[in-house]
Amino acid sequence: MAEIEIHNLCKSFGEVKALQNLSLTVEKGGFYGLIGPDGAGKTTLMRIMTSLLLADSGSITMGGLDPLKDYKKLRLKLGYMPGKFSLYQDLTVEENLQFFARVFGSSIDENYHLIKGVYSQIEPFKNRRAGKLSGGMKQKLALSCALIHKPEILILDEPTTGVDAVSRREFWEMLKEIRSFGITIVVSTPYMEEAILCDNISLMFDGKIVESGTPDEITSRFSLPVYSVKTSDIPETLHVLRQLQGLKSVNSFGQQIHVVPLSSKTQKSDIIDYLSINKMNDVSVTQIEAGIEDCFIDFILKTEEIK
Amino acid sequence: MKEGNIIEVENLVKKFGSFVANDNLCFEVKKSEIFGFLGANGAGKTTAIKILCGLSFPTSGKVTVAGFDVYKQRDGIRKNIGYMSQGFSLYEDLTVKENIQFYAGIYGLSRSLIKSRFEELVLKLGIEDLKDKFVRDLPLGWKQKIAFSVAIFHKPQIVFLDEPTSGVDPITRRQFWDLIYEAVESGITVFVTTHYLDEAEYCNRVSIMVDGRIEAMGTPDELKEKYNSKNMDDVFVKLARKEKE
Repeated sequence: MAEIEIHNLCKSFGEVKALQNLSLTVEKGGFYGLIGPDGAGKTTLMRIMTSLLLADSGSITMGGLDPLKDYKKLRLKLGYMPGKFSLYQDLTVEENLQFFARVFGSSIDENYHLIKGVYSQIEPFKNRRAGKLSGGMKQKLALSCALIHKPEILILDEPTTGVDAVSRREFWEMLKEIRSFGITIVVSTPYMEEAILCDNISLMFDGKIVESGTPDEITSRFSLPVYSVKTSDIPETLHVLRQLQGLKSVNSFGQQIHVVPLSSKTQKSDIIDYLSINKMNDVSVTQIEAGIEDCFIDFILKTEEIK
Repeated sequence: MKEGNIIEVENLVKKFGSFVANDNLCFEVKKSEIFGFLGANGAGKTTAIKILCGLSFPTSGKVTVAGFDVYKQRDGIRKNIGYMSQGFSLYEDLTVKENIQFYAGIYGLSRSLIKSRFEELVLKLGIEDLKDKFVRDLPLGWKQKIAFSVAIFHKPQIVFLDEPTSGVDPITRRQFWDLIYEAVESGITVFVTTHYLDEAEYCNRVSIMVDGRIEAMGTPDELKEKYNSKNMDDVFVKLARKEKE
């Protein structure tokens, strides 16, 4: 049996359908990413996984346990880092850690090996109050507290939101290390580029999983060519390309534009010719592999079309 | 101020006690460009932005924003800038229309001007159905697009954006950048700060702050080439880590 099994989960808040028939499976020891924008339902799903919220319908099993009937047993097996910093701001770094260890009947010494990689970075500040820590340090303390009772499953709700690029990268490296202890990890993020760091991911939008698989599987399912277009005037080129027939989507990716044609009949040379006729300068067009973000955009467009 | 510049910063120093938050910053922002102001947590970005917005005085140095001096002409600065933060921009308990009336009123726009500009905005964004809804009932994507429209409603010369597209879906994010490009076309200069380096790719030029100093500045392509990196994230990590070692 898989470590996490979810079938046809539904949850509504009044008229808002937060989760719609959602199903997913996470294997033991897996490193699973829930990728989606704010409002996609990631937090609702995680709160149901952690027994903090009940689903309206559907089934869920976490580590062989039912979050409704066996919530007491389940909570001992879970480590949870909510999206909002939820430690005691008036306790010091060390006191917070001690508190969480004791609540679960454990001690810092007993499981120090698990948190060593993370905690050693903030240990020099162990007498500082948690409220006085920087964003990156709070995040490391929250992770230490979620790990100190040696959970079997670790649930992390947007752990890298609002943290700078260096701390974010360090955080993902720490997660890899934690994984090596055999802990199953589920992590959510609105940032597509973090998706490729997980083994398996689900793309979430509007309470549904629109696609899942390994990051490579998802991008390889993208059947149309993607052209990366560069010119000296990106905004103007966007206007011009949006007038061209035969294109499925034209999207800005910063200093380049990704163009997806409706069929592979539209070729690189067609785009170059069209841009030259429209007097764009320094035109270069290259065919590239689709990224997770290209896939996500495509799924959202499909969803909107059905609506 | 030099022709074509909208912000000029020369030898800006800001100290808090013995702590140097801004260490001799020198940079300029050109009119109608999208300028990315990047840096790690605690690098000194917020300190510098507060000075640029006329909310805090420098310890020393010369800073001119939209032709106004930050020491003596702070009212001039405030009238000529717009500001949008990712955290809070609109009043949740007011409708879209009321928010706009409130902000535009503060900037001293006349009732008739507010009315006509609001009608233009409703048409442009296609928000006929949303304009009388409470902001708290709007999806995040719309909140951000409307917050941006509010920030430039008084037609400022510069708009400051703090992590403008954090957390929105990839389509809404592109719609947001379309709005920014449109603002730039109308002559507004855009000053963006963000932790998300792919947002930096949309900027014409970026600067990267590390420990109170500007360590790198240029177009995203120039920086990627200079630091031999495939994306801005790598450029940033290389610069910020170098400092740590």
